[in-house]
Amino acid sequence: MNISRRRFIQVSGLATVAGAVGAPYIAMGATKKVVVVGGGTGGATAAKYLRMADPSIEVTLIEANPHYYTCYMSNEVLSGERTLDSIRFGYTGLGKHGVKVVNDMVTGIDAKARTVTTKGGKTFNYDRCIVAPGIDFKWDTIEGYDANVAERIPHAWKAGTQTALLRRQLESMRDGGTVVICPPGNPFRCPPGPYERASQIAHYLKQHKPKSKIIILDPKPKFSKMGLFVQGWKDLYGYETDNSMIDWRGSAQGSNDNAVVKVDAGSMSVTTGFDDVVKADVLNVIPNQKAGKIAFDAGLTNDSGWCPIDLHTFESKIHPNIHVIGDASIAKGMPKSGYAANSEAKVCAASIAALLNGHEPGTPAYVNTCYSIVGKDYGISVAAVYKLAEDGSKITKVSGGLTPKDASAEARKREVGYAHSWFKNITSDIFG
Amino acid sequence: MRIRTFVLTAMAAALVVGCSTAEKAVDKAKSAATAVAKAAPKPKLMSGASAEMLANTCAGCHGTYGNSGGPATPTIAGLEEDYFIDVMNQFKSGDRWSSIMGRIAKGYTDDEIAAMAGYFSKQTFKPLLNQTAPSPTGAKLHEEYCEKCHEEGATDPDDIVLAGQTVPYINWTMWDYANGVNKFTEKKMKKAFDKMIAEHGKKSITELVAFYGSRSK
Repeated sequence: MNISRRRFIQVSGLATVAGAVGAPYIAMGATKKVVVVGGGTGGATAAKYLRMADPSIEVTLIEANPHYYTCYMSNEVLSGERTLDSIRFGYTGLGKHGVKVVNDMVTGIDAKARTVTTKGGKTFNYDRCIVAPGIDFKWDTIEGYDANVAERIPHAWKAGTQTALLRRQLESMRDGGTVVICPPGNPFRCPPGPYERASQIAHYLKQHKPKSKIIILDPKPKFSKMGLFVQGWKDLYGYETDNSMIDWRGSAQGSNDNAVVKVDAGSMSVTTGFDDVVKADVLNVIPNQKAGKIAFDAGLTNDSGWCPIDLHTFESKIHPNIHVIGDASIAKGMPKSGYAANSEAKVCAASIAALLNGHEPGTPAYVNTCYSIVGKDYGISVAAVYKLAEDGSKITKVSGGLTPKDASAEARKREVGYAHSWFKNITSDIFG
Repeated sequence: MRIRTFVLTAMAAALVVGCSTAEKAVDKAKSAATAVAKAAPKPKLMSGASAEMLANTCAGCHGTYGNSGGPATPTIAGLEEDYFIDVMNQFKSGDRWSSIMGRIAKGYTDDEIAAMAGYFSKQTFKPLLNQTAPSPTGAKLHEEYCEKCHEEGATDPDDIVLAGQTVPYINWTMWDYANGVNKFTEKKMKKAFDKMIAEHGKKSITELVAFYGSRSK
C-alpha cells in the first residue's frame, strides 16, 4: 500500500518536471483527452476499456489501416482451415463505445507539447497518449532479405496480404516440395507462433501433398511449448522417424549453425551460419524484431530496440504522459502475445482513467493464455496469472503452466474448442 | 575446421519442460548460474485488485462482462456467487476436471475469487440461440429430472442457466459428471443426475444437451 502510494508520487513528480500538472487541469473541468496510436490488439482494447472506465474521457484512436488482421489464428489461414476474412476486424465496434477512430498514419509525437501529428496533416492534443505500434523487423540482419524481397518471400508475421501470399504459394507448390521456415531470434512476437505455423502447414501438406517436407532453420536451441510441439509432431507427423514431415534444426546456444544469414531470392535458397545452402519451394523468413517505427521516431525505445515502461501504468520511463503497451513494450515477465497485449491494455486503461481523475492507480491484475493448434483435434496451451511485484520490478507469475504431457486425446480435442472460443471472445473483447 | 554443434529436440525438450516460453528457459539458465551465489528472495506482490480489474482478465476467453460468443468456452455472466466460488475451488483442488482452469484458478486467493464471483453475479447472462435442433426427448428429460432446480426450462436467471449456455461445454461437463471426473457441487443434483442415467442411460445426456442448445429466444 505504501509502496503503491510512493510510486504514484514518483509518477506525478515526473509529470511536474515536464510541466504537465494534472490536478489543476482537472479542476478547471477541461475535457480529458487520450490519443491512442495504433489499432491492433493493445491499442483497440485500451481505447475501448478507457471509454468503459470513464465515458467522460475523449478517446481518439489513430490507425493507418481500415482493418486489422490478427496474427493469431493466421496459421489456420495458411492450412486452409479458415478464411482470411475471418481474421479481419474493423473499427465500427469501437465507434459504438464513443472512440473517435481516425484513419491516418501517425508521423510524430511531441512529448513536450503533448501532441500527435499525422501524415494527413492533422495535430491532436493529449493529456495522455497510448502508443501501441506492435513490431517492426530488423531488416539488416539477414543478407538479401528486405521489405521488397518480402513481397515475394513472405514473413507473414504481420497478417493480411502477407498471409494470403504465403497461402497461395503453399497451394501452388508441387507434392514433394520443401517448405523452409526461418523463425527469428528472441525476443519476438508470439513465441510459439513459428512452430504452430510449421504444424498447421504440416496439417495441410499431410492431406494434400503428403510427399512434401518442412525444414525449420532455427537460430535458437529451444522454443516455446517445445516438449508439447515435439510430442504433437510425433503423434501426427512422424517426427523423428525416417518419414518425418517436419525437420527442426536448432542452433546450440551461442552458435548460428542453423540460423539463416543469407537469402538468395533468385534461387529460392538460404544460407545458414554453417554455410549450408538449403533450397526451398516455399520460403518463409521471419526476421528478428524490434518495436514498431513510431516508437523509435518518438524516442520511446532504449538500446534493446523495445520500450522501457513502468509495469503498473505502462507509462514510458523515457517520456512522461506517454504509455506503451503490447509487443513494443518491455513488460518484464509477460510474453509478446495477443492475450498479454489485451491484458496490459486493460491495466493501462484503468491506470490512465485513475490518473486523469486525480486518483492513485489501483492494484493491477494480468493474465496470459495462449493456445496452439498442432493438428486436427490437437490443441495445446500455456497460461499464467500474474501479479506485480511491490517494488514494480517484475510482472510475476503466480500460477499457470503448460498442458500436461499426459493429456488425453479428449483433452487435446477440447483445447481446440477452447482455442476457437478464445479467438471469438478476445476479438469481440477488443473490437466489439 | 569448424565443428557443427547438434541440438536434439528430445534433449532440449527435457530442459524446457515447465517453462512457458523460450525466453524464460534462458532466464532460468542464467539465474541458475547466479543462484548458487545468492538465493534471491521471492518478491512481495501487490494485492487488493478491484473486482472489475480481476474480472477483466477473464474476458479474453469468456467474453466481455463474461458473455461468451461460443463455440465452447462457457458464459460466466450471471452465475450465482456461491456456485462460482465452489467451481473455482473445485478447479483448484482437481475435484472438477479442466483443461486450463485448474492452472488458472490456483492464481487467485479466496478473496479474489469472491470478488470475481460478486462481479459476475451482477452481469446479465446473454444466451446463445439456436445452437442445436430442438429435442422433444430432451425437453421431457429436463422436465422430469432438472426443472425443479433449473426452472423455466433452465432459463431462469435466478438459477444456473443451462438453456443457451455453450453446447460443447454443457456436453463435456455432463459427461465428466457421468464418468466421475467431476464432483457435483450439489447433492440434489447428483441424485437427480444419477437417477436419469439409471433410468435412461448415458444417451440421455445427448438429448438433454440438444434441448439446452435449442433455446431460440
